[in-house]
Amino acid sequence: MSGQTFPADFSGHMLDLDEDDDLEVFSKNTSLADSSPMPNSPSSMVNQYRPEEEEEEEEQLQQQQGANDKDIFITVDNPESHVTAIETFIMYRVETKTTRGEYDSSEYEVLRRYQDFVWLRSKLEETHPTLIVHPLPEKFVMKGMVERFNNDFIETRRKALHRFLNKISEHPILSYSQHFKVFLTAQELLSHKKQGPGFLSRMGETVRAVANSVRGLRSRPEEFSLMQEYVEDFSNKIYSVDKVTQRIIKEQREYLDELKQYSPTYAQWAESEEELAEPLNGVASCVERCSKESDEQIHHMSEVLVPALHEYVLCTETLKAVMRRRDNIQAEFEAKNVALASRRADQESLQDEVDGLADRVELANNALRGDWSRWQNGMRSDLKSAFLSTAEKNVDYYEQCLAVWESFLLSQRVEPGEQRDGEDEPLPTHPIID
Amino acid sequence: MADCGSNEEVAVIFNTDITSTESENNLINTMVEIGATLLRKMEINVTEAEKRTGKNTVNMQETYTVYLIETRSAETVPEGGTPTTPDTLWRRYSEFELLRTYLLVTYPYIIIPPLPEKRAEFVWHKMSADNLDPDFVERRRVGLENFLLRVASHPVLSNDKIFFLFLTEEKEWREVVLETGFQDKVDSRLKSLSAMFRVKNPDKRFTALKHYSDELNSVISQLLRVRAKVADRLYGVYKVHGNYGRVFSEWSAIEKEMGDGLQSAGHHMDTFAASIDDILEEEEHYADQLKEYLFYAEAVRSVCRKHELIQYELEMVAQDLVSKKQQKEELATGTVRVFSLKGMTSKLFGQESQEQRESRLAALEQSTREGEETLKERNTECQEFVRTAWEDIGRFKEQKDRDLREALISYAIMQISMCKKGIQVWSNAKECFNKM
Repeated sequence: MSGQTFPADFSGHMLDLDEDDDLEVFSKNTSLADSSPMPNSPSSMVNQYRPEEEEEEEEQLQQQQGANDKDIFITVDNPESHVTAIETFIMYRVETKTTRGEYDSSEYEVLRRYQDFVWLRSKLEETHPTLIVHPLPEKFVMKGMVERFNNDFIETRRKALHRFLNKISEHPILSYSQHFKVFLTAQELLSHKKQGPGFLSRMGETVRAVANSVRGLRSRPEEFSLMQEYVEDFSNKIYSVDKVTQRIIKEQREYLDELKQYSPTYAQWAESEEELAEPLNGVASCVERCSKESDEQIHHMSEVLVPALHEYVLCTETLKAVMRRRDNIQAEFEAKNVALASRRADQESLQDEVDGLADRVELANNALRGDWSRWQNGMRSDLKSAFLSTAEKNVDYYEQCLAVWESFLLSQRVEPGEQRDGEDEPLPTHPIID
Repeated sequence: MADCGSNEEVAVIFNTDITSTESENNLINTMVEIGATLLRKMEINVTEAEKRTGKNTVNMQETYTVYLIETRSAETVPEGGTPTTPDTLWRRYSEFELLRTYLLVTYPYIIIPPLPEKRAEFVWHKMSADNLDPDFVERRRVGLENFLLRVASHPVLSNDKIFFLFLTEEKEWREVVLETGFQDKVDSRLKSLSAMFRVKNPDKRFTALKHYSDELNSVISQLLRVRAKVADRLYGVYKVHGNYGRVFSEWSAIEKEMGDGLQSAGHHMDTFAASIDDILEEEEHYADQLKEYLFYAEAVRSVCRKHELIQYELEMVAQDLVSKKQQKEELATGTVRVFSLKGMTSKLFGQESQEQRESRLAALEQSTREGEETLKERNTECQEFVRTAWEDIGRFKEQKDRDLREALISYAIMQISMCKKGIQVWSNAKECFNKM
């Protein structure tokens, strides 16, 4: 079983890696993993307490059951405009329902703005530099966007924020982050934002990271080089797929615009005809119905495939950043190691530092390794489902249009002037005329 | 084959060179009238097209296309016998035009079937507007055959000698046509089409018909314009999906589990992108059917105009007669009611003698009698025109309703076929995505 040792490894290592405020969570996590598995369903708190021999089996089952075991449910909705003296912004309602022990209540409702999500994500990345944290929707959309509070833009953003939180909640590590809990539960986030490493210390870290990356790596392990290559290639491919998809939608919209001219022209013609009026109006009505179907199909693609692809385009930036951070951690260690080899004085303390950094490298690598396969499965599953849905909708579109034209043919089989029975009979699957 | 519920005989149109859609089209478009039309005795096909170069009338080298007309007796071949070899001759488009002009002039009361367009119009970007382009030549070949079949199945036109010679006499035909002297009548025809004259008592039926022909022209033009734009856009949609094919293929190379599913889905996207070419080619066919009636609208209009001219000339003759009669009356009674130069000059320069008056009276009598004769002739001519024209118009209306209804049905069939292809491709793609 591939997933078997995964949570155990993680929890053990995470304990060392994380900062103090996360420690509590992880100690709880370990205890849970060791003694009692996650609850199977929100309602069965009883499941938290299981005899030890069944623990392993339970863990395996959980890996397989996946989403069915969700013990936390988050929704983002109800975007509302808030006006202050200084600015106007949108607040989203974040509703959480959970059975997890570490949450004092089972239901929470808070208001959050985009900046708050940004804060959460940067905290998560800070705490887990080599985990792949799902991306947020972009701050601005370059093309065609004039009005920041355009309804479509807000709705697209809301959906993406919803997905973001759910992705985090599904992550075996990030889901138990203290920052995450605070985000979901604290009525007022501002005080929490002020805690943690200050701006200056963050700056210091960044400078160090940059300095290290300039020095360069001595040697990157093969597996991470391969990963890097994949990230480069994937990034190109997914960007291309996204572009092609956008182009298809654009072409389809232009097609639909022209198609909409058809129906009124046929109808106009029908007005000057006698015998021909009926079939002409029939065709006019068919074209109009097909236009509606086309509209729906375009809408579906925009709602399902485009956001999914777009998210993974944004993911590539995350992946690149994760690879960079991993490289930096390794570079820092190597630098100190070199320093250790050269300096004679304070060998002991340097040795300690080097050992600490070596551990850090190992933890970072393990974290990434573990999260990498998780991310790949997630990507495959998300994109597969988006493509499947699109293909299904396309089949549906053609089937609807087929029915429309077949019913027209059916109406033409009857001699003009006779009464028709309407849609009483089921439509044949093949046209009567060959 | 769609059965329109008509009992009319269908001509055997024997041709293996054309596609099934085209033969369908011919069958649809050429329902033979009952009666002794040429088509019952003779099979007519336009089977080939060839490029020729030669010197034209101003002695310059030009390249043009000629079309092979095959004719064969329509007698049934006995069992085991071989079909007789057809008689053939070559004609170029300008000769068809000459034939049509002749028919237009000789049968002004008939709605003369139109020729396929001289230049490609209502093109969408993929189509060539070049007259020498093989696709254009091919569609013109079909259109020319259609024209011949229409004429050959017309109760009046099919009996025309010149038409028969067009089909049978390659070299001498041109001289024979010109010898008929129809060209003289061309001028008056042109006059009828372009002149602005007002008819005092317009025939309401013809006015309505002219109005209808204008409507038909306008609405079919609009339809063809929209169709061209829609075709253009649809082409774009399908072809862009081809990019999916390429990108999926490249992407599949870097994936493990997803690779196969992506790759095969990509192939289906390529298939989808390629399918638009056939779809739009079939639709060209539908556009050609519409175009035929676009040009028919023009033919209807010209019959209406011709009637207007006849009516106008009739009114002129009648008016002239009235004026002559009045002059006669005045001369006889001595009162001047109508202005005449003679009358004026006699007033100014003195009364004319009794002799002069009587000779003028006699001349007017003669003129009046002649005028009455002319009026009677013109009246008969006009009535005959109206009668024969409305017979043909009735025939045309039935043909038009039949043909266009069939065209709409075949358009629906095309759409269905396109939908079925779409269902298949996307179902296949769905299967592949499932394997990702």
